[in-house]
Amino acid sequence: MGDMSIRPEDAPVVGRDVTESEVLAHATTAGGPTDLRITDSTLRDGSHAMSHQFTEEQVRGVVSALDRAGVQVIEVSHGDGLGGSSFNYGFSLVDEFDLIAAAVDEATRAKIAVLMLPGLATVKHLKRAHAAGASVARIATHCTEADVSIQHFSEARDLGMETVGFLMLAHRASPQVLAQNARIMVDAGAECVYVVDSAGALVLSDAQERIQAVIDEVSRDGAQVGFHGHQNLSMGIANSVLAYQAGARQIDGALCALGAGAGNSPTEVLAATFERMGIRTGVDLGEVLSAAEEVVRPFIPRLPWMDRASITQGYAGVYSSFLLHAERAAERYGVPAHAILQRVGELGYVGGQEDMIIDVALQLSEEQQLGDLAAAGVR
Amino acid sequence: MSKTKATAAIVGPGNIGTDLMFKLMRRSTIIEPRFMVGVDPTSDGLARAKRLGLEASAEGVDWLLSQEELPDIVFEATSARAHQANAPRYAEAGILAVDLTPAAVGPYLCPPVNLSFNLDAPNVNMITCGGQATVPMVHAVSSVVPVPYAEIVASVSSRSAGPGTRANIDEFTETTAAAVEVIGGAEQGKAIIILNPVEPPLMMRNSVFCAIPEEAGEPGALQDRILESIHAMVRTVQEYVSGYHLRSDPQFDPARSTWRGQARVFIPIEVKGGGDYLPDYAGNLDIITAAAARVGDLLVAHRLGIATSWKSTSELGEQPADASAPERAGV
Repeated sequence: MGDMSIRPEDAPVVGRDVTESEVLAHATTAGGPTDLRITDSTLRDGSHAMSHQFTEEQVRGVVSALDRAGVQVIEVSHGDGLGGSSFNYGFSLVDEFDLIAAAVDEATRAKIAVLMLPGLATVKHLKRAHAAGASVARIATHCTEADVSIQHFSEARDLGMETVGFLMLAHRASPQVLAQNARIMVDAGAECVYVVDSAGALVLSDAQERIQAVIDEVSRDGAQVGFHGHQNLSMGIANSVLAYQAGARQIDGALCALGAGAGNSPTEVLAATFERMGIRTGVDLGEVLSAAEEVVRPFIPRLPWMDRASITQGYAGVYSSFLLHAERAAERYGVPAHAILQRVGELGYVGGQEDMIIDVALQLSEEQQLGDLAAAGVR
Repeated sequence: MSKTKATAAIVGPGNIGTDLMFKLMRRSTIIEPRFMVGVDPTSDGLARAKRLGLEASAEGVDWLLSQEELPDIVFEATSARAHQANAPRYAEAGILAVDLTPAAVGPYLCPPVNLSFNLDAPNVNMITCGGQATVPMVHAVSSVVPVPYAEIVASVSSRSAGPGTRANIDEFTETTAAAVEVIGGAEQGKAIIILNPVEPPLMMRNSVFCAIPEEAGEPGALQDRILESIHAMVRTVQEYVSGYHLRSDPQFDPARSTWRGQARVFIPIEVKGGGDYLPDYAGNLDIITAAAARVGDLLVAHRLGIATSWKSTSELGEQPADASAPERAGV
């Protein structure tokens, strides 16, 4: 297991409390040299929590506020990545390429990133996103299937985009297997590989060991390592700090935690925590707090929260975006959402298999009816 | 002397090529698999073919085309890019080509839907495994009501997806989506493929979502006709792949604003393989190799002017999977 001790350079700035007025009066510190880069995914992972109903006005507001706060990368796509608008994942209210173009138009300093999952999106989607002005390609596969992304990394590099690999549901692979898959992505052209805790299932050392293994494998090539956390077991921030200490230099967050399941590591909490530790993110705390409180909070229909269903996702290792789909199936078939998610975890379904939620709900409903009949003495 | 049998080459000794070899041996008496061609001398598929009496070579299509006696028909199970390069060479040598990659050089073929095709075609395309499993369902719905949009999700076990499939994932989605439109009859098609590494491996599972008119989203005569059409098509496909079945009853849902005002039907298909090469979870192999064997048999019979020899599930005396008692694999 990795080194869990906090090194001197990572120690928090202690000995004096920072008052709220100091934070608010804080002169803007946006920009400048940084120790790590925060990528905000409010407008991509948050799309799940918004049932993919983002408006252009919301996108412009969030991008403008994040850009002002000094967040360097802002991800904009359907929650399931480019091309995700569908029956299976939910249709987008506004075409994602229009949202990407609006984000590019609004940003003055920040780079606009897009997510794509090979098997769902193709190089054609990536080219359209690039034409709309996106400059960072985040290419995601299940943590053991990196070899499906090889053609996409090479195309993204040819387009001149910055490339980031996303190894999803990272708890499902051992640190060694994760490192092998990171190797495939780096060889294909990834400049950074993320350990993606899609289920919010990694608990502290689980995260750190995986990040360490990936760093050991790819840092000699000059590739960076990143961490994307979820709050299902409330580990997003703590895992992000451990990730930084292990050497990760890119960390994902979302304003107000707006993301799938119980949400992502809140960007504003990441900024505050890293600032207390003396780790420079280039993000202005006052501005990012205001972005969360005044820009995002007012339009969120339901704040992501650790409730029975989302905690079950963390516990059973279920892809976070299954949450709202399970709730809808629960309503349609009269079975509890957490029971659906528990079964989905047992069966080992991976990201993208939202259609299996219907299967599971039907099975549970059938079992429930058989149980009711048995209880009534019917054989 | 007129020939009564055609010789065949299989190019690509991976999962699909090897499974196809078994399908041809079992289901056609007029196609004789003679060559297995690859590029990797350590290939398990080449060794297996050799043990079964085929001439196996790791020296690629150059080797095949330099043989004194060329095959009458070639089945390509490599990658889309390889077939794009090889197709003109087969054509020049006068060899019929059945393409099991998503290269889509020739017309799309899905036997239960468009078997009456131009038999003089020198090159035909078998779409993809996901296409063979789902296009019949889209067609079953679109032959009753207009389908403005259809979407398919194919989930296959990681173990059954070889390097060709992995390198061709974009071509897979694009070719499948196009076939959902051209052969399935949807105005607009979309395809998604998911690889799942869970152990024990998951059986091939396909979901078909069709947008349907508002009236068909509600119970009634129109919905009943769609259901009847789906069940009839399942029986037709079972004549190729006995393990093809509905995982549960099709689910109809009334129109929703978040579905762009469309009603939909959801059709869950599971394909249990025959276990000819990989175990029965790999139904994705059977669904395309069985279709390719059927089409190959037809092409060869036409070219040689003899009767087709292909045997259906019932002619082989096999029992199709029971649609009313879906498999509960892995549960």
